[in-house]
Amino acid sequence: MLADRDRIFTNIYGQFDKSLKGVMRRGGWDGTGDILAKGRDWIINEMKASGLRGRGGAGFPTGLKWSFMPKVSDGRPSYLVVNADESEPGTCKDREILRNDPHTLVEGCLIAGFAMGAIAAYIYVRGEFIREREALQRAVDEAYEAGLIGKNNKNGYDFEIYVHHGAGAYICGEETALLESLEGKKGQPRLKPPFPANVGLYGCPTTVNNVESIAVAPTILRRGASWFAGIGRPNNVGTKLFAVSGHVNNPCTVEEALGITFRELIDEHCGGIRGGWDNLLAVIPGGSSVPLVPAEQIIDTPMDFDALRDLKSGLGTAAVIVMDKSTDVVKAIARLSYFYKHESCGQCTPCREGTGWMWRVMERLVRGEAQKREIDMLLDVTKQVEGHTICALGDAAAWPIQGLMRHFRPEVERRIDEFSRNAHRAEPVLIAAE
Amino acid sequence: MAKIKVDGRELEVPDHYTLLQAAEDAGAEVPRFCFHERLSIAGNCRMCLVEVKGGPPKPQASCAMGVKDLRPGPNGEAPEIFTNTPMVKKAREGVMEFLLINHPLDCPICDQGGECDLQDQAMAFGVDASRYGENKRAVEDKYIGPLVKTIMNRCIHCTRCVRFTTEVAGISELGLIGRGEDAEITTYLENAMTSELQGNVIDLCPVGALTSRPYAFQARPWELRKTESVDVMDAVGSAIRVDSRGREVMRILPRVNEQVNEEWISDKTRFVWDGLKTQRLDRPYVRVDGRLRPASWGEAFEAIRRAVSATSAEKIGAVAGDLATVEEMYALKSLLASLGSQNVDCRQDGAALDPSHGRSSYVFNPTIEGIEQADALLIVGANPRWEASVLNARIRKRWRTGALQVGVIGNAGDLRYEYTSLGAGTDSLNELVAGRGSFVDVLKNAKRPMVIVGQAALRGESGAAVLSAAAKLANDVGALGDEWNGFAVLQNAASRVGGLDVGFVPGESGLNADGIVANSDVLFLLGADEIDLTPAKGFVVYVGTHGDRGAHRADVILPGSAYTEKAGIYVNTEGRVQQTNRAGFAPGDAKDEWAIIRALSDVLGKRLPFDSLQQLRAKLFAEFPHFARFGEIEPGTHASLSWLGTKGGDLGKTVFRPAFEDFYLTNPIARASAVMAECSALARGGFQQQAAE
Repeated sequence: MLADRDRIFTNIYGQFDKSLKGVMRRGGWDGTGDILAKGRDWIINEMKASGLRGRGGAGFPTGLKWSFMPKVSDGRPSYLVVNADESEPGTCKDREILRNDPHTLVEGCLIAGFAMGAIAAYIYVRGEFIREREALQRAVDEAYEAGLIGKNNKNGYDFEIYVHHGAGAYICGEETALLESLEGKKGQPRLKPPFPANVGLYGCPTTVNNVESIAVAPTILRRGASWFAGIGRPNNVGTKLFAVSGHVNNPCTVEEALGITFRELIDEHCGGIRGGWDNLLAVIPGGSSVPLVPAEQIIDTPMDFDALRDLKSGLGTAAVIVMDKSTDVVKAIARLSYFYKHESCGQCTPCREGTGWMWRVMERLVRGEAQKREIDMLLDVTKQVEGHTICALGDAAAWPIQGLMRHFRPEVERRIDEFSRNAHRAEPVLIAAE
Repeated sequence: MAKIKVDGRELEVPDHYTLLQAAEDAGAEVPRFCFHERLSIAGNCRMCLVEVKGGPPKPQASCAMGVKDLRPGPNGEAPEIFTNTPMVKKAREGVMEFLLINHPLDCPICDQGGECDLQDQAMAFGVDASRYGENKRAVEDKYIGPLVKTIMNRCIHCTRCVRFTTEVAGISELGLIGRGEDAEITTYLENAMTSELQGNVIDLCPVGALTSRPYAFQARPWELRKTESVDVMDAVGSAIRVDSRGREVMRILPRVNEQVNEEWISDKTRFVWDGLKTQRLDRPYVRVDGRLRPASWGEAFEAIRRAVSATSAEKIGAVAGDLATVEEMYALKSLLASLGSQNVDCRQDGAALDPSHGRSSYVFNPTIEGIEQADALLIVGANPRWEASVLNARIRKRWRTGALQVGVIGNAGDLRYEYTSLGAGTDSLNELVAGRGSFVDVLKNAKRPMVIVGQAALRGESGAAVLSAAAKLANDVGALGDEWNGFAVLQNAASRVGGLDVGFVPGESGLNADGIVANSDVLFLLGADEIDLTPAKGFVVYVGTHGDRGAHRADVILPGSAYTEKAGIYVNTEGRVQQTNRAGFAPGDAKDEWAIIRALSDVLGKRLPFDSLQQLRAKLFAEFPHFARFGEIEPGTHASLSWLGTKGGDLGKTVFRPAFEDFYLTNPIARASAVMAECSALARGGFQQQAAE
């Protein structure tokens, strides 16, 4: 279990003073100017040495990402864009940062912006986050008032921070769709290449980072890369906010070391599984878009990028969705399919057409109203969507179904059998046109 | 140049090429729906997926990835892509299946059937059966105007139409609303489109979602005879293909001509064909006791002979209309000359254009393709959007690169690109010629400045002075040189440059068009319908196709052929010689105009020395050799323009009026077209919006 002294987010539950004064008393904004004085290269090298992997889901090394930004401007300004469009079902970690510890993000923006030579940061906040945006805006205003950011600030690097409120579309959490939305266009992902580091916001070099990746940066730089790298397992280092939801006794968002086992995470922080460990059915370990993992495989698995990848799942955003045996697991996945069908932007063919198809088949599988061969057909459809789309939403829609069929195919087949067994029942099976 | 290997074949392609273009160069066929050479890249249909060696283990959209985006192999080998691997085949089949699951598959009742990209590619790259058992999506059809019909069930969301209207037509009229499965293409609140180039979305649409409303359910592509021709609705001379069944023209489509129209045509060009079937003159008429009565050719010719013999040569005149071919003007001019009259004119509007000033004084010298090199443009008394819509699209294309600054004298309204308004008429032109105003500097600092003079500015008393002033301005700002001649006269009548080339203008003692109409005892009108005929007191012979203004006043009507019914030479505003071809025969007794004039000459005892179109052309080419060079431009000299600039004249204080009031009704064919009438009414705002069907 992570020691309290190693926690980066000291006010994640909001029980302390959220104002700038309170934050400074807890060590925030301490020596920010000194960090900047050490220079861009030192910061980027330190971030690389810390081994921080992006907290948005893909786990790309943050320091490396920062280093892609042009060192010398070709006349275009550079931008930092912070992705606070946290919309993945199950994920609620950035929400807590924005609500209760927004100064970590504001300070992180300044440092990250400096490290990549950006002139401004745009924080794109999810449309549904009203109070969160207000809290963040308050923190930004406080920082401006205190002369910590803005023109001629105390930290010696002119830097603007703008908070932008989205309109509540899941796809706007995809980095290029986010940039489109930020520019005032319809939120549809762009084609890559060119990547945002070359052509991003308003055609200028841009880095898009997750809230958590930026918010942990100041503490890492203050305490040193080796401290951060010393937590967790090799290649999976540092602390991470885990958002545990579902059938646990005490759902919560908690900062823990990467690589903590699932059992420890649940027992220490969530009061155990509802009905005991024997009642655990399956876990979606990284937010709705990663495949689920059945109970027996996950219980003693370290919760980190590599260990979960070995289980053909992923850490994603570390949004752990716990399902006990009362769960209709097929229906749960069908609901996720509906979510992706609803949130597909409609730009490219496989996702626009495939998500609807997959959802419709899933709905029938919930009732068992299908042929067994349709399971393989469904899997084939998921393969046809996966990897053929402009952005990763297609993949995200395909993976939960693939996970379900990998682990719970007998359950799906049982339902089909059951449905066919009752085919002789008195009332006709009516299927209305939609 | 970059090296790339496609399916094992190594080749070199330009750096800016996409993988798709490289694959095409290598001879590999790559299916596509959303990609179009003249539009921006959307990359959303995912049909063009290819496998990239050493890349991520998933196929890449070849339309969106540049050759430069690929990294060479570890030892510097050329990057390698495959278009024929199992992975690519599977990917294409998958995408095709997705495109088809919500497509209605109503090919038998679809107007696109037989020329449908989806149909063709489903045959070539799809699988034979469907696995989709759910209900198909239904999408409501949208009303987007009288020209384009929508069957939105068929839409595959390639967004070509959206990109066309935004990028080429310059107005964001179509858009994709909604998201995911519910995404739909529509205009805002189902308003009718207002673009004058909207018909092109019909060609762009790879499926049958956007089809031609007037052509709906009229014909199948395989039963149409295709005739390559040129358009005469304006002076651009767009390359068109006339599709006909029997003797009926069923539709008009654009052909590719990079030098003129790329692959766009205006709506008037595309939808005017129903005007070819109505109001047609299909037999000769002679006015007896104040009423036109059907007559035989002999009776009609005899009536003309009597009228001609009753007067003297100087009281005979001829005016050529906007749709006349070079041959018929040449024949008519020869006839009048043999009768001893110099009273011929092809300038119905009285524009101050004179062939004696040299050819460069009445053609679009920089050429339409040359617009793409211009970096400053002054438009004097012209509205290219309405007078030459496709040429206007070329100006917009150049303007979109950011390298072209435009200034306008005259009230041009919305040109679909931004411009500086410099004033309303001759006053403002005078200012510029005197070197005042900031736009003079823009022109002077430009490497290739351009001055477009419209017909509206050349009318009336100050016309000649405006032409001279514009030439002087062009000279002063350095637009006239050996490399670059930026002086451009924008014609709006298809016959005009040909008429001036062939010398269909009054001789030394001859009268101009208005004078001819007012003073002739015998007046020949060669399809001249845009001139005021109320002063005409004499005997009027109308040779033409439609019962329009000229025919109403005529004493004898001789029925002629429209541009789709004859082979004829037209010279476009650039001075490019082109010819139409016969797609079908003229109705009834109607004949080619040159043949009518030839027959008439016999009756008048002045037999013209040719018996066939070939003989006529041989004589024409002998006299004017440049007409023989089809597709080419006989360049004019800029020295004559410098001289023209010194002529001067009183500019007066004239406000430039529009060249015509109604884009959709500028010639007798368009005025006979019900579709054009509907467009015109809609454009004037006189229509209640029609509900979707």
